[in-house]
Amino acid sequence: MAELHHLSLAELARGLAGGDFSSVELTRACLQRIEAHDRKLNSFITVTAEQALKQAAEADARRRGGDAAPLTGVPYAHKDIFCTRGVRTTCGSRMLENFISPYDATVSERFNAAGLVMLGKTNMDEFAMGSSNETSYFGPVRNPWNTDCVPGGSSGGTAAAVAARLAPFGTGTDTGGSIRQPAALCGITGIKPTYGCVSRWGMIAFASSLDQGGPMTRTVEDAALVLNVICGFDPRDSTSLERPPEDYARDLNASLKGLRIGLPKEYFGAGLDPAVADAVHAAMREFEKLGAVVREISLPNGHLSIPAYYVVAPAECSSNLSRFDGVRYGHRCDKPKDLMDLYCRSRGEGFGPEVQRRILIGTYALSAGYYDAYYLKAQKIRRLIRDDFARAFKEVDLIAGPTSPTTAFKIGEKTSDPVTMYLSDIYTIAVNLAGLPGMSIPAGFVNDLPVGLHIIGNYFGEARMLNAAHQYQQATDWHERRPAAFA
Amino acid sequence: MNWETVIGLEIHAQLLTRSKIFSGAPTAFGAEPNTQACAIDLGLPGVLPVLNKEAVRMAVAFGLAVNAQIAPRSVFARKNYFYPDLPKGYQISQYELPVVARGSIRIAIGDSEKIIGITRAHLEEDAGKSLHEDFHGMSGIDLNRAGTPLLEIVSEPDMRSAKEAVAYMKAIHQLVRYLKICDGNMQEGSFRCDANVSVRRRGEAKLGTRCEIKNLNSFRFVEHAIEYEIQRQIELIEGGGKVVQETRLYDPDKHETRSLRAKEEANDYRYFPDPDLLPLVIEPAFIESVRESLPELPEARRERFMTQYALSPYDAGVLTASQELADYYESCVKLVGGEAKLVANWVMGDLSAFLNKEGKDITQSPVSPELLSGMIKRLIDKTISGTIAKKVFELMWAGEGDADQIIEKHGLKQVTDTGAIEKAIAEVMAENPTQLEQYRSGKGKLFGFFVGQVMKKMQGKAAPDQVNALLKTKLQP
Repeated sequence: MAELHHLSLAELARGLAGGDFSSVELTRACLQRIEAHDRKLNSFITVTAEQALKQAAEADARRRGGDAAPLTGVPYAHKDIFCTRGVRTTCGSRMLENFISPYDATVSERFNAAGLVMLGKTNMDEFAMGSSNETSYFGPVRNPWNTDCVPGGSSGGTAAAVAARLAPFGTGTDTGGSIRQPAALCGITGIKPTYGCVSRWGMIAFASSLDQGGPMTRTVEDAALVLNVICGFDPRDSTSLERPPEDYARDLNASLKGLRIGLPKEYFGAGLDPAVADAVHAAMREFEKLGAVVREISLPNGHLSIPAYYVVAPAECSSNLSRFDGVRYGHRCDKPKDLMDLYCRSRGEGFGPEVQRRILIGTYALSAGYYDAYYLKAQKIRRLIRDDFARAFKEVDLIAGPTSPTTAFKIGEKTSDPVTMYLSDIYTIAVNLAGLPGMSIPAGFVNDLPVGLHIIGNYFGEARMLNAAHQYQQATDWHERRPAAFA
Repeated sequence: MNWETVIGLEIHAQLLTRSKIFSGAPTAFGAEPNTQACAIDLGLPGVLPVLNKEAVRMAVAFGLAVNAQIAPRSVFARKNYFYPDLPKGYQISQYELPVVARGSIRIAIGDSEKIIGITRAHLEEDAGKSLHEDFHGMSGIDLNRAGTPLLEIVSEPDMRSAKEAVAYMKAIHQLVRYLKICDGNMQEGSFRCDANVSVRRRGEAKLGTRCEIKNLNSFRFVEHAIEYEIQRQIELIEGGGKVVQETRLYDPDKHETRSLRAKEEANDYRYFPDPDLLPLVIEPAFIESVRESLPELPEARRERFMTQYALSPYDAGVLTASQELADYYESCVKLVGGEAKLVANWVMGDLSAFLNKEGKDITQSPVSPELLSGMIKRLIDKTISGTIAKKVFELMWAGEGDADQIIEKHGLKQVTDTGAIEKAIAEVMAENPTQLEQYRSGKGKLFGFFVGQVMKKMQGKAAPDQVNALLKTKLQP
């Protein structure tokens, strides 16, 4: 039983279905791993052991009753940005330190309906704003590969928990790279689906037009299985897309013969760690061996994505976070002397510096007299970026490159320089601005730290991306490496 | 006076949808505080808005009724400001691209008519309410109203007097009630307006600086507030001062407006398209289906009343003031089988007087169209006289049954028996020799006196034309 935590999600599902072990046994094993190891990582904000064991017992009963879904009984770690009824949902913020959600996010509902077992809520950058998990009110998360390093962010808690084998898989959300960058830095698989595939209902909004939830897993196959549970139309989210359900695992084993992969030349300029670039090129050679054709492409407006993003995302967040006003729920300052004092102190105390910085940037960008120069301009850039991708996808099936310019950096290394920190998402942000699907898979190591390969697909091209990534994982073992300290 | 007033109104009409504009919570008025607010209305973390299609249908119906353009694509925007009864810290409204644009409505002022332009009408959500009493130095927040759909109807600055402004507001009020998209209840705030008022010297092309008077919730207040404001601005300018652009509040107790905030203190609302809502796309087929379901509108009905029932413009206007009144009138005419003018006189006369006296509207009338038409029929077939009819009406109002029952029970049937009338005439002549002599010596005015006496003697039941004819002969010397 000690080895349960090494099994992939697909293997666990088979084991549960075959009666090799029960969900209660599996859940207990995960809880024990969390108990034993998480003090070194700080990947969970809340562990819901009691509820998890109850859900596991229910899952076992359901399986005995012959009513099990493919992932019934599988435990997972849930990013603390998804509302979970009756369970504290903090969003990594003091503002919601004691907020117990009265309702479930659609993603939570879908997991419940499929009989999955929630182990707890994972740490994250405050309100998903950050690339290192250092902005969390609940303290930084550590990278299992080197606990002096950051796990990336904002879904750093889930990334660390999955990489350290504390949970078979977990959830993340990605506004500018928050699934893919921590997946890369922790050596796991993470996918941000096409905007509109995963309902945002109950997923606390950072930037509504960019936010998208997705799975963080050890393998590509696992990611496909989770997408099958969480994707789908939701009438409660007006931006949710009404499409027939699809089986994301259907093409995993298709041949890559003739697959056209584009490498944007702009991705290999200044700022990219040459060792990371080497790993990406090595991965491309692997894809060529599998029959793919790799060619250089151009995304000429890519350099505009960071400036555009840092207008759009803060603008939307400045408005989205206005509801945290100390009036109805969340942090309220002590003894406010009037309404203005209530607002200023509740928000001043409840939000950390990075969140405040972005609210200020966004408020400024939307102000009368600046709107056209910033917000409207950024929207135009978004169109340019979308057009870049549209042109590229006429020539290639997938686009590949590094997920992040470097491997995991040291905790504290970039906190004093937000702009350097922002550059950590330079390759991932454009994908959100265009609403495309993107994923990161492990593709090597530099100084014992994982390197992530970024794969971008066309709209609704998840199955194609998963196919390519899965075939790569069949040919390599980067995804099977595990951090020694968490064996 | 050498001044011209320029007025534009922004009317907020609460739409009669069952649920809120972006949530499934009910919209009913008067419930316990915070019992009609769901997670979305409370602005909980993670909630998202979904547009109520019925609200869109109502906005389109209004747009079509004022011959406006229905935008094939309109956009919901966020209006950002902090207020305790605004749960999300922003109001979802429409800003640059409203659903309805460029319409107009005809208003009547006395005998003349005027067309008032409607710049736009857009959908938005209402805020909650702050309650400052009963909380000992604190404020209570009631979010029942939060998320209630509003149609904000913005006029062109086409009105030139308080009376025109009231006439315009009444025309819109009448229209939204005809369309059944708003109950028009002004006390409950379902229909309210902000007035933009400025003055300029006659002949001046440039508009004067305007003040906005907020939240006027009765026709009377609109009239008083605007009149006060016009006077204030004129006096200010004539006294060498300058009107400052500002928001003002009307105090109905003191009959005055006072400054709420100056333009410089105005919020920067940081409008931007709401990323949680896709642009509202309205298909031509939807517009057509709404058009087909439109009821007969006030103007059309009024015209029809004039031609079909040969009513004067005034009578037709009064009778079509509300759909219910017009329906009442038309069912009476139908039941009576004609005599449209006579029916109009009764509806506008005694019936309206009784309703007014008791503060009732036509839907609460104890005298139904069946009762009223039954009585009018007896009037037409001369079973009763006009005088007696008033008495019958009063008894019907009091619930004593229909006209026939009342006539029977109280013996009100008109007397047409010549013998009985002649007998009464003879008695009256005998009892009033002086008047008889005066009449016969040329004081013809006394004829009325004799009619009165005879009617009195016959308790009003004598057929008046018979009394007249018989008296004429009998009084001859």
